[in-house]
Amino acid sequence: MSILDISLIVCLGIVSFILYFHISNYILDFFGNNNLKRIKFENSIRVLIFIAPACIILFIFILYPVFETIRLSFYDKFGREFVGLYNYNWAVNDPEFKRSIFNNLAWLLVVPTLSTFFGLIIANLADRIWWGSIAKSIIFMPMAISFVGAGVIWKFIYEYRGPGDTQIGLLNAVIVSFGYEPQAWLTIPIWNNFFLMAIMIWIQTGLALVIFSAALRGIPKEMIEAARIDGASELKIFFSIIIPFLEQTILVIWTIITILVLKIFDIIFAMTNGEWQTGVLANLMYDWMFRGGGDSGRGSVLAIVIMIGVFPIMAWNIYKHKQEQKI
Amino acid sequence: MNKVSLRSILSQLLLLLFVIIWILPTFGLFISSLRDKDLLAISGWWSALTTTNVNEIYRMQGMDEQNQADNYFIITDNLFKKNSGKKIETFGITSKKINEFKVGEVAIFKDKSTVTVNEDGLYIWKSENEFTKKKGKRLFITASSPPSFTFDNYKEVLFQEGIGQAFVNTIAVALPSTLIPLIICSYFAYALTWMQFFGRDTLLAIIIASLVVPLQMSLIPILTIYNDFGALFGVAAKSYPGVWMAHTGFGLASTTFLLRNFIKSLPNEMMEAAKVDGASHYDIFLRIIIPLSIPAFASIFILQFLWCWNDLLVGLVFLDQVPSEIILTAKLKELLGSRGENWEILTTGAFVSMTVPLFIFFALQRYFIRGLVAGSVKG
Repeated sequence: MSILDISLIVCLGIVSFILYFHISNYILDFFGNNNLKRIKFENSIRVLIFIAPACIILFIFILYPVFETIRLSFYDKFGREFVGLYNYNWAVNDPEFKRSIFNNLAWLLVVPTLSTFFGLIIANLADRIWWGSIAKSIIFMPMAISFVGAGVIWKFIYEYRGPGDTQIGLLNAVIVSFGYEPQAWLTIPIWNNFFLMAIMIWIQTGLALVIFSAALRGIPKEMIEAARIDGASELKIFFSIIIPFLEQTILVIWTIITILVLKIFDIIFAMTNGEWQTGVLANLMYDWMFRGGGDSGRGSVLAIVIMIGVFPIMAWNIYKHKQEQKI
Repeated sequence: MNKVSLRSILSQLLLLLFVIIWILPTFGLFISSLRDKDLLAISGWWSALTTTNVNEIYRMQGMDEQNQADNYFIITDNLFKKNSGKKIETFGITSKKINEFKVGEVAIFKDKSTVTVNEDGLYIWKSENEFTKKKGKRLFITASSPPSFTFDNYKEVLFQEGIGQAFVNTIAVALPSTLIPLIICSYFAYALTWMQFFGRDTLLAIIIASLVVPLQMSLIPILTIYNDFGALFGVAAKSYPGVWMAHTGFGLASTTFLLRNFIKSLPNEMMEAAKVDGASHYDIFLRIIIPLSIPAFASIFILQFLWCWNDLLVGLVFLDQVPSEIILTAKLKELLGSRGENWEILTTGAFVSMTVPLFIFFALQRYFIRGLVAGSVKG
């Protein structure tokens, strides 16, 4: 396809949605009159025009798939025959699945914790220094980069050459300059997971940082000044005023990163493709979508396990929403 | 007072350390993408920043290039390409003693022919007898090489490795995948906020629940739908419109949620006044809501655009991995597998894929941050 063809269908796709709303509303106005009964009817038609596309897409792409995936998890690899709990039984006994669960848990433990921790520290440091906003910008930058791009960046850092050769990977060059043996970092089981996590922490610290920075501005200056006058040390201020004040924010950031990490796929897919015991649930699922012609039963089970992970967060969100509605 | 300034210096140093650690990986990638590909494979990118000594082997020209002058046969040429900037310090004529001679000194081969080498790479090889070999002799040189950068890698990657086409494809995926949800969701969010209808609260609860539904839950059923649809109508199951709709679906909840929060914060009185004047919901939406929502649109546009641009999984599952459809991230992943040792292609390709996000990042950082802080939780 030439660039012209591509731009043509791109424009066509976008314009068709704009036209839908314009034309349907125009027709409605054209036939409208001032009869009170008609206005009520007209309004309900207009509601339909406004919400129909979104509702249809929501149904096709989110609601139906959730139930379909649950259904498929009880069916065979082609989704035709009912097999009961067979797929779940397979998962529980599959060593790859256990490995993935274990890795996912490690990711969930390490990445949100360290990202939040670094974000909090850097936000506090940058808040008081004149070049703080430049520093924040730089640390925030990886947020804009794709996981695959970040993968290439870090694969270059972990690059390994034999002991006699010049190391072109930064990490090995540093190690060698201290007189140690170079290592093929990504192939050392267990530890390689942490080298992959470092990438995610590198990216997500920026997210934590900007949200913390915004929240820090909400702390009343007088409170900190007063504490300082009373002779409180900076550390004491940090733990007794800033941390309690940011409690909610810490929770929010933790949740956002946790959800991201539960679905982590790109980094591992690009860096190791799950080899050397680095696989996680999302990678195993992608694998089973296509392995041996695809197994929709097993793939669905894996998707459901990820879904169970976010379920508490979902319930909490709806609960909070209900609380807000009451006020 | 002393104690305070000491603490300030310490915290500045600590922050500086963080900044260096965070910028170094990207900086290394950028420098590497500008380096000569042969140098890239044998030395670390940090060595490109300073003048370094390199040892190189060259072969002089053979008999075809000889000229006769006075009683000598002479072969003369430059070892380096133009403007290499390298300066030769020492040279040798055997692999055992590569530093035997200084620049300008005369070296004598076994066959009595002599050679001298200039600092800029020019050599003169003289002999009383005619040269008879097709290939010239080898010269071993030690030269200081200043930092030198080239755009050759970019030329190669953009036009030969298919990254250029992938770049166009990614735009074709990301632009509609950002604008379509923005159009649909702005109407939807308006209806959820200002229109009265049955089931509105339930719909809102569903949106909030959908915020965190992992997209993995949708992959298999949607792929099945697409395959069935393609088979039924005899069209390709994987296509651009398919990806747009998938991105729209996965971004719908978060876009609606953010837009609704914004529209809800707009002053109620304006809407009421317009209604009293007889404006329909459509008029209010077009003439009041849209103009007021431009900043929110900008934030959401950036978030969704970056998400689509950087996405790998959706592009992998819902597009064919052929040159006319493959997106940048998928292409990069493919190159990581097939050209894993060609760092000039990988680093340059990665940097090309980062240009648009980085541009958006530096130009529109304010909106980007605002969108993130508004609480983006995406499924």
